[in-house]
Amino acid sequence: MISKQLLKIKSHLCIAQDTFEVVLHSPLARELKPGQFIHIALKHHMLRRPVSVANVDVGAETFTIVFKIFGEGTRALSNCKAGGDFLDAILPCGSYYPIDRLQLDHALIVGGGIGGVPPLYYLAQSLKKKGVQITSVLGFQTKSHVFYEDKFQLLGDTYVATNDGTYGAKGFVTDIITELSTDIDYYFACGPTAMLKAVTDQLETQEGYISLEERMGCGVGTCYACVVPLKEDPSKSKKICKDGPVFYANEVILP
Amino acid sequence: MTLTTTLPGLTLKNPVMPASGCFGFGKEYSQFYDLNELGAIIIKAATGEARYGNATPRVAETASGMLNAIGLQNPGVEAIINEELPFLRPFETPVIANVAGSTVEEYVKVTKAFNHSNDIHALELNISCPNVKEGGVQFGTDTELAKEVTYQVKQASKYPVYVKLSPNVSDIVVMAKAVTDAGADGLSMINTLTGMQINLKQRRPIIANKTGGLSGPAIKPIAIRMIYQVRQALDIPIIGMGGIITAEDVVEFY
Ligand SMILES: Cc1cc2nc3c(=O)[nH]c(=O)nc-3n(C[C@H](O)[C@H](O)[C@H](O)COP(=O)(O)OP(=O)(O)OC[C@H]3O[C@@H](n4cnc5c(N)ncnc54)[C@H](O)[C@@H]3O)c2cc1C
Ligand SMILES: Cc1cc2nc3c(=O)[nH]c(=O)nc-3n(C[C@H](O)[C@H](O)[C@H](O)COP(=O)(O)O)c2cc1C
Ligand code: FES
Repeated sequence: MISKQLLKIKSHLCIAQDTFEVVLHSPLARELKPGQFIHIALKHHMLRRPVSVANVDVGAETFTIVFKIFGEGTRALSNCKAGGDFLDAILPCGSYYPIDRLQLDHALIVGGGIGGVPPLYYLAQSLKKKGVQITSVLGFQTKSHVFYEDKFQLLGDTYVATNDGTYGAKGFVTDIITELSTDIDYYFACGPTAMLKAVTDQLETQEGYISLEERMGCGVGTCYACVVPLKEDPSKSKKICKDGPVFYANEVILP
Repeated sequence: MTLTTTLPGLTLKNPVMPASGCFGFGKEYSQFYDLNELGAIIIKAATGEARYGNATPRVAETASGMLNAIGLQNPGVEAIINEELPFLRPFETPVIANVAGSTVEEYVKVTKAFNHSNDIHALELNISCPNVKEGGVQFGTDTELAKEVTYQVKQASKYPVYVKLSPNVSDIVVMAKAVTDAGADGLSMINTLTGMQINLKQRRPIIANKTGGLSGPAIKPIAIRMIYQVRQALDIPIIGMGGIITAEDVVEFY
């Protein structure tokens, strides 16, 4: 069940330019599912910051988050120390990729940048455990932003694109997807809205799930800050923090 | 020491209650603690019909506060009565319903609908809404409009009516007197102050609606000043709000 916890920081590593991997201890770690996020409180900030679960170690009761310095909040988060510091967080938040309900042999994973790649790593790990074949396409702005390529490689075929061509293929994830010739059962995408729009258009005939981002208030479903309109009736909406962040690809109208 | 507090229509175990819009209809936060611990619960605004609200982003962080422009999204008064309020029934905590509208008629419609519910104990009249018939002027910034809507709602309601004042006026006492004269049983103050925050990278306001309501510790001194001014002039019960986080903040409002 969702609750507010003080999480012990087990380790804190810089893994790419301005990008950090932090391992946190929580008895609730085993309850965290791929696609879910935690909502982190920071001193001197009124609003909590949503950050995805990037991996879970059930045995150690730990889980990983990966984030990039974007503004003041993530900068403060990057200055936390392993050992002494605790993080005040609400968890587990939101919906998850419903992989236990899906019949699938081959999954396409499409991740864009810091918002997209971390949650999909936990998803890829979980799919691998179920014996699902995985093809991953990861997009970054530039070479210095690339992270986790090696980790994805261990789970299946992995392709990287950078917008400026400084690493992997030059261009967008959609350019790589065009070249792929494999049959997939489902795709799972997470990243900037523009990328999600392009990917859902491109894979229109495929079944898929996407994960959305929005500026949040409460993060638990009370304030209506984070709504997204529904395709079947745009006068109705769902909350990204509670009904999402993971949605069936055809369910919502992307902003 | 007893924390029991009596207000028109309300006997509260303690004087602590979440403000409207900050607590939804209670379900989510009931997972975090026992709602019986609260003095009362003020639920999210109710309008005549379901309302979608504004485009996103709807919130922005500010120094010591936040801006919001939710746009009164809610499922409509009937759905609130039938689908949201039953959840709160098992709790002993009194419920205050926040009433909103775009016309006096809509406020009255919502008020009458709540007359048919036994799950609430008082109304809080949210007069910080634009009046579509008067070119979008907020009810709460025009004394005549505020008086009119208070009077009509008070006439229609079987529950006590607390009028929630907007701080976006030059003289809060004039407004407090106007709604008191129109029959308000109590006041709640303050609602949010209109503000704007710019996204420097995008060179435009963060909030899609451009402006939003400022809340949080940043507005606490304004709330206290306004409550002080109204208390000097009037004897009416006041529910205080605006930036309350700690027990010390609560005490400061007394
Ligand atoms: C469900 C979800 C999962 C996310 N997972 C990750 C992750 O795993 N790793 C990661 O690096 N980032 C992730 N993000 C984005 C991350 O929340 C923002 O980068 C962060 O909130 C920025 O805060 P700041 O103080 O550094 O920036 P500021 O711009 O100073 O923040 C100001 C306000 O805007 C909000 N905000 C700014 N950008 C975003 C954004 N993109 N999404 C939501 N709120 C935003 C902040 O939360 C804060 O309330 C996720 C966002 C969501 C909604
Ligand atoms: C996200 C959000 C939604 C709100 N929705 C409502 C509402 O529906 N009706 C209302 O009267 N006030 C609403 N308010 C105003 C609050 O009830 C309160 O008056 C104001 O936020 C000041 O108190 P605070 O600083 O403790 O938040 C809302 C405030 C926030 C932050
Ligand atoms: S952030 Fe409050 S409802 Fe989603």
